[in-house]
Amino acid sequence: MAKVSSGGVQSKGSRALDKVLFVVLSLGAVVMVFPLFYMIMCSFMTKNQILSANFSVIPNPWVNGMYTEVLHRGLFLSGIRNSLTVAIPVLVVGGFTSSLAAFSFAKLRFKGREQMFLALLATMMIPFAVVMIPQYVMFTKIGWTNSLLPLIIPGLFGNVSIIFFLRQNLSSIPNDMVDAAKIDGCSFFQIYYKVFLPMMKGALMTQIILWFMGIWNDYLAPTIFVQNQKWWTLQVVIRSFNDQYAVNSNYPLIMAASVISMLPTLLLFFFFQRYIIESMALSGVKG
Amino acid sequence: MAASTAANPAKTKPHMSQMALQEQRWGRLFVAAPFIGFCLFSAFPIVFAFVASLSNWTGTNSILNNFIGFKNYAELLTDARFWKTMGTTVIYMIGIPIGMVLGLLIATAMNRKIPGVKILRTMYYVPVISSLVAVAILWAWVFNYDYGLFNIIIKAISGGKGPNWLGDETWVKVAMIIFMTWKGLGTSIILYLSGLQNIPRDYYEAATIDGANGWQAFRNITIPLVSPVTFYLLITGIIGGFQVFVEVSVMVSNGGTNYSAATVVYYLWDKAFKSQQMGYGSAMAFILAIIIFIVTAINFYGQDKWVKTID
Repeated sequence: MAKVSSGGVQSKGSRALDKVLFVVLSLGAVVMVFPLFYMIMCSFMTKNQILSANFSVIPNPWVNGMYTEVLHRGLFLSGIRNSLTVAIPVLVVGGFTSSLAAFSFAKLRFKGREQMFLALLATMMIPFAVVMIPQYVMFTKIGWTNSLLPLIIPGLFGNVSIIFFLRQNLSSIPNDMVDAAKIDGCSFFQIYYKVFLPMMKGALMTQIILWFMGIWNDYLAPTIFVQNQKWWTLQVVIRSFNDQYAVNSNYPLIMAASVISMLPTLLLFFFFQRYIIESMALSGVKG
Repeated sequence: MAASTAANPAKTKPHMSQMALQEQRWGRLFVAAPFIGFCLFSAFPIVFAFVASLSNWTGTNSILNNFIGFKNYAELLTDARFWKTMGTTVIYMIGIPIGMVLGLLIATAMNRKIPGVKILRTMYYVPVISSLVAVAILWAWVFNYDYGLFNIIIKAISGGKGPNWLGDETWVKVAMIIFMTWKGLGTSIILYLSGLQNIPRDYYEAATIDGANGWQAFRNITIPLVSPVTFYLLITGIIGGFQVFVEVSVMVSNGGTNYSAATVVYYLWDKAFKSQQMGYGSAMAFILAIIIFIVTAINFYGQDKWVKTID
């Protein structure tokens, strides 16, 4: 399987190869999404159909009762509410602190700048598993484990990978912009707010969307820090549904709950996929 | 005017103008939030974790009164379960090269002018952005011994019963690798694709003129020039691989049959939060941190040696 296109004029052989590759790639893509498709189908099946020995993908009969049931579970609704309660302040405040810091690291001169930046970068490689025990004890000692605060407060201080990404993003903008704004009498905050924030708007939005997905899909931190069922985030809730209903094989309900939990991130991805993929690709190429 | 310039040097540091001083003040203020966050939620906990790893700490007793030196670390060295979970963690990493090879092949195919590439790319990428818990639940169901998709298909084809994917000590590892490869493949594809798009077309044209066939061009141009991506995927794969937890926690109960599916982080979590052996757990966490530090250091120093770039 030669895979290299010589570009320019395409030969007949090359076009035939393209056709073969298209078929192979399409089959692969179907295999990739099939489990998710199957998940959606299962959520509309009856328990009897799921547990029958015959292979079937299409629900027969179609039932959407599971969705109604899931959406009437108090735990499920509070899961959605809690996940949003975490995400909104973190994204608003954390997005602000991250972009402000990125601006400062990229465009302002101050002593210790490089050292501070390196210290922050170092946190990117510290696995959460290393700090989760001390953090847990810290949060227990100050009485936060009976609330969502352990999931909200750390995020307000900003996100290192976003700072890193935005700083890279700003480094291509000439420093003269800062000097020009200074001459115009802007304060340093105004330089951030009026000059640089509009310039990094696109990159910041993409990063915030990715951050939202991270918060929405997070499981380890919520499961450790949040004990009270009342404060469970959505991922913890669907996981508990899995434990609870797998025993009596109520898979349609579990699948329906999982489908709903995936909807927000999937929708965001479909709407913003160009930006998301671009920013993912950048992070890899720059290392 | 003259008076103020004369007075300034005395008040401020010799070579700093009023403006530069202002800039320094504001600059520091603007990075204060993440820096304080770093101290509170990373630097302090990591020091704390190290101190705690030297004691028989349960999370509620006193660390200093239960100080035992490096005994936790000594115990870890002979802890069969620790080595078992470490072994399983490394076995799961077989998925990394598999994902890289598949990713590069698919990306190379996509890089030709193939219709519908955008839709295909999206389809391969969807698992990446899907919630890990939700897809782990889904795949646990797909791997279900009696009713799962895999075994239904196997039965339809061969008539026999498929393996007990998640219940068997060996098959559970195969199942996990399949699942993780599926989940992460989209990332490899996207990154390789952007790497491939950066390779100038005339490189291949020159190679064709020199009489190179497709495979030779792939071997001698494509593979070296996507090495930054390969390297990045390898490093992030290894770092992520050492932290696998959710998959194990959701797909099997209590670490699987004979703890066969459990990873290091699962064992750490088990010890720290189920058995309240927080000192012991901290020791494990610290070893994990050291491993990841070494991998990152190799990344830092080895990059120039192994990675080829276009310039």
